[in-house]
Amino acid sequence: MKIPADLRYAESHEWVRVEDDGVVVGVTDFAQDEMGDIVFAELPTIGAEYEKGEGMAVIESVKAVSDIYAPIGGKVVAINESLNDSPELVNDDCYGEGWLVKLAPSNSEELNTLLSAAEYGTQLESEA
Amino acid sequence: MSPRKEFPLLMERGAPGRRAYLLPDLDVPAQPLKDLIPGEYLREEPAPIPELSELEVARHFVGLSRRNHGVDVGFYPLGSCTMKYNPKVNEDLASLAGFANLHPYQPEETVQGALQLMYELEQHLCEIAGLHRATLTPAAGAHGELTGLMLIKAYHHSLGQDERDEIIIPDAAHGTNPASAAMCGYKVVEVPSNERGGVSVKDLERLVGPKTAGLMLTNPNTLGLFDEEILAITDMVRAAGGLLYYDGANANAILGKCRPGDMGFDIVHFNLHKTFSTPHGGGGPGSGPIAVRDMLVPFLPTPVVEKREDRRASYFLDYDRPSAIGKIKGFYGNFLVMVRAYAYIRTMGPEGLRQASEDAVLSANYLMERLREFYHLPYPRICMHEFVLSASRQKALGVAAQDVAKRLLDYGIHAPTVYFPLIVEEALMIEPTETEPKAVLDEFIDIMAAIAKEAEESPEQLKTAPHYTVVGRLDETRAARHPVLRWRGAVEGDTTRDGR
Amino acid sequence: MGYPYLPLTPPERREMLSAIGVDSIADLFADIPQEISLKTDLNLPPALSESELVRHVQELADRNISLADYTSFLGAGVYQHLIPSAVPHLANRAEFVTAYTPYQAEISQGVLQATFEYQTLICQLTDMDVANASLYDGATALAEAALMSIAITGGNQVITFESLHPDYRAVVETYLQAVDAELVVAPTKQGLADIDALRPLLGKATAAVLLQQPNFFGLLEPAEEISALLEDTPTLFVACVNPISLGVLKPPGAYGADIVVGDGQPLGNPPAFGGPSFGFMAVKEKHVRRMPGRIVGQTQDQDGNRGFVLTLQTREQHIRRHRATSNICTNAAHSTVMGTVYLALLGKEGLREVANQCAQKAHFTQDQICRLPGWEMLFPGPFYHEFAVKPPVHWSKVNEALLGEGIIGGVPLAKVYPERKEWENALLFCVTEARTADEIEHLLQVLKEVK
Repeated sequence: MKIPADLRYAESHEWVRVEDDGVVVGVTDFAQDEMGDIVFAELPTIGAEYEKGEGMAVIESVKAVSDIYAPIGGKVVAINESLNDSPELVNDDCYGEGWLVKLAPSNSEELNTLLSAAEYGTQLESEA
Repeated sequence: MSPRKEFPLLMERGAPGRRAYLLPDLDVPAQPLKDLIPGEYLREEPAPIPELSELEVARHFVGLSRRNHGVDVGFYPLGSCTMKYNPKVNEDLASLAGFANLHPYQPEETVQGALQLMYELEQHLCEIAGLHRATLTPAAGAHGELTGLMLIKAYHHSLGQDERDEIIIPDAAHGTNPASAAMCGYKVVEVPSNERGGVSVKDLERLVGPKTAGLMLTNPNTLGLFDEEILAITDMVRAAGGLLYYDGANANAILGKCRPGDMGFDIVHFNLHKTFSTPHGGGGPGSGPIAVRDMLVPFLPTPVVEKREDRRASYFLDYDRPSAIGKIKGFYGNFLVMVRAYAYIRTMGPEGLRQASEDAVLSANYLMERLREFYHLPYPRICMHEFVLSASRQKALGVAAQDVAKRLLDYGIHAPTVYFPLIVEEALMIEPTETEPKAVLDEFIDIMAAIAKEAEESPEQLKTAPHYTVVGRLDETRAARHPVLRWRGAVEGDTTRDGR
Repeated sequence: MGYPYLPLTPPERREMLSAIGVDSIADLFADIPQEISLKTDLNLPPALSESELVRHVQELADRNISLADYTSFLGAGVYQHLIPSAVPHLANRAEFVTAYTPYQAEISQGVLQATFEYQTLICQLTDMDVANASLYDGATALAEAALMSIAITGGNQVITFESLHPDYRAVVETYLQAVDAELVVAPTKQGLADIDALRPLLGKATAAVLLQQPNFFGLLEPAEEISALLEDTPTLFVACVNPISLGVLKPPGAYGADIVVGDGQPLGNPPAFGGPSFGFMAVKEKHVRRMPGRIVGQTQDQDGNRGFVLTLQTREQHIRRHRATSNICTNAAHSTVMGTVYLALLGKEGLREVANQCAQKAHFTQDQICRLPGWEMLFPGPFYHEFAVKPPVHWSKVNEALLGEGIIGGVPLAKVYPERKEWENALLFCVTEARTADEIEHLLQVLKEVK
């Protein structure tokens, strides 16, 4: 399982990357592997606001549906439109082209509540 | 085996101008259509329906039928679906002109036989359920569930208890249960199963209360187990003021052995297409009548068939029911399905129905006992009409329940229900029904044993199965990622084959 | 004593019990608490042999007068059309009839491909993007369309008109009540949707406007005007149509419908006392993931062979459970196979001709009836193959006289609109291609003499 060191993680298996104009959110390698072949991503509308822990997207495989929770609170400023035609990007490149949503954080402090790569790795080990 | 060959679509057959069916010539004076109906309402081009000869149509559909498995083709142990034999005479009876050619708006005096059949079927179903009245209108089990939940809602409303907005459903339940509850505006509260596969009474006790509108339960449940604590469960819900809904999907186990009404249930749906032998039709139509306890009778949907006790008994459709929940389907339900179920009940009689359930349970236990040598049996106790195995042993070898299922297809056997119930890992849910000869059961055991052996010796054989069907294992991921949901013409049709 | 569908013999039963390791059948039912275990037989009539059964059920059938015995001018949601012999012969192949939902695609290509063809045909008829594999019937399909509109828009109000089939209206009302949504019934003017009355009813909460075309009275509604009114609003336009009429009438896709539903009975299914039939639903592509029911899609196997599977299943109850788009599981698959075979036999020209003959014969009959003294149309608007007329005497006299002559007359509006006293003395006649000039002449003779 890849767990890039430069990202932050939520216990519910989302990752977060801080960029200049917001934070990018996706699902971890572990999550995409658990879900299997992803066939559809239902992403939020731009401008929608979510609190930390609120369901903001849904990812579907052939026979399962998974909720994606906002790792921190914020407003949606961009969504990954290319998933409409190529949902498989989430499987193929979950930390890159398979990103889901970009949020403008409502409270950047919340970033500090997320796990480091090492902490997330420990969580996965204890779940296994 | 012969190489696999694509079977053309209707739209890829025929030729412009070809006809299969000719109408009699118009025998009233013809007018230009535009003189009868203003042009703004007319279509500019005829709908591009394919044009074939009768023989082409016949070969097409006979060809399609040969690419399909059915109970008449081979064993169909699809758990929870009760794929029993569909008697032929019942098909003849349902196609009698005196039934098939009736219009729902005919005067009552011209449909007395139909109403009598409905009335008597209702009585029989009430007797089997141990309840008082029934509506035959719901078109399927899930439709019966929705109707039953509407009755629960109307009942609590009549008592001024609108705060009861929760329906309790076991974690092993059919997906239709929570979906029906949601369609009726209820919150779904899930109650876990205990280690013996029944409802956890301890947890139920914690979950029932003043918000409880009712409990939905299948008994025997989706593991094929009869809940030994059923009376404690129904008592507990009733004491809390909730109603009890019996999902009759598994009623084939209990005919003449015990009755949901006696277990304490207030509403029962039957799937006529499961328990009462009417054909499943490739997915429907079915029929899902619900029987109810007397206090719910005023709320039954309209119309209800009633009998006038005058000089000459006559039957009528009663719409004058002020407390009714309303109408839940056009007209009176799937009448021709009712004809078949009525014929089945009359053919079997009370002893025959009991024998059917006994044989269904016997066959299931026989299979379970013989198969547990080869597959993990998560709940090792006497089952009812079906049981659930787990392919967990095979999974350890890299072979999934899905692979076992696909390999069965190579032997001309429909796979069990897989990956359900959700509480069993790699579930294989097997329901043989009472209509299979012992030789078929024995053959199935041998094949399942051979597949278990293959899992150990040549797992690739399973993972690439099926090998002898008209198409190989189909790519469901591709279908869902890039949906092609209709034919769009030769050129575009071709491009979809190379991946859009 | 044996039963025809129970193959196990007493020695086989004993052998099986012993393999299980129990002594008797009773041991298998030991989990049933003693106090509820039945000690006596169910109170049901005794078993019948096949020939006894046939005699008994035939007797019940003979207590009915069927449309094969009498000439019928009934419509109002169920229609008598000519059904080619090949329809039941082909659709009733045991492999179709005795299968269930095609969960195992590789041995269910017959039903799956037929459904894919059906979906294509429904799209071609309605001029829409995507169709599902079927719902129970027209009324429940309309109710599902209303629920779907609520899910898409977030509104909790649905508007329809008094010209919608009253049974359909009642079903939609029951479904909406369950989720605390409101059905508003807008008035009609001369039997047609009153657009001026609609306008002020529309609001942010309006999830959909439901329009039947042709409507219950057989009249052609101003669908395009209503569609135009809803353009640029979030409110969805739901059209409920008769599939045969689409042989000549403008398809709903051409007048901007978002969701199209209807009852498929007219396509090769017998009247069947109102069921089974099938409900069809077709939508614009963007709504497909909100659609209820099964959907079949095209895919391929590992060698690139074309095949068909159930797809987009995450919408459905067996996966999404309480968050599913609907609770529907069993649908009306076999009735759709009948419809598909019917359309395949009729073909492009045949369907147009059936639709045209219905219009021709209905208009001829209407014209002739209205030439009779005292008979007049209830509403003046253009119609398709049904029309409501007011007789010069009480409607019951008309239908009694007709019945005495072996004719089943029109549907009395008094029975379906009991609250509308001004429509009380009117009959809704339907004339399809199945009626002959002689039968129409016979009808007119009786009407002429009725007093």
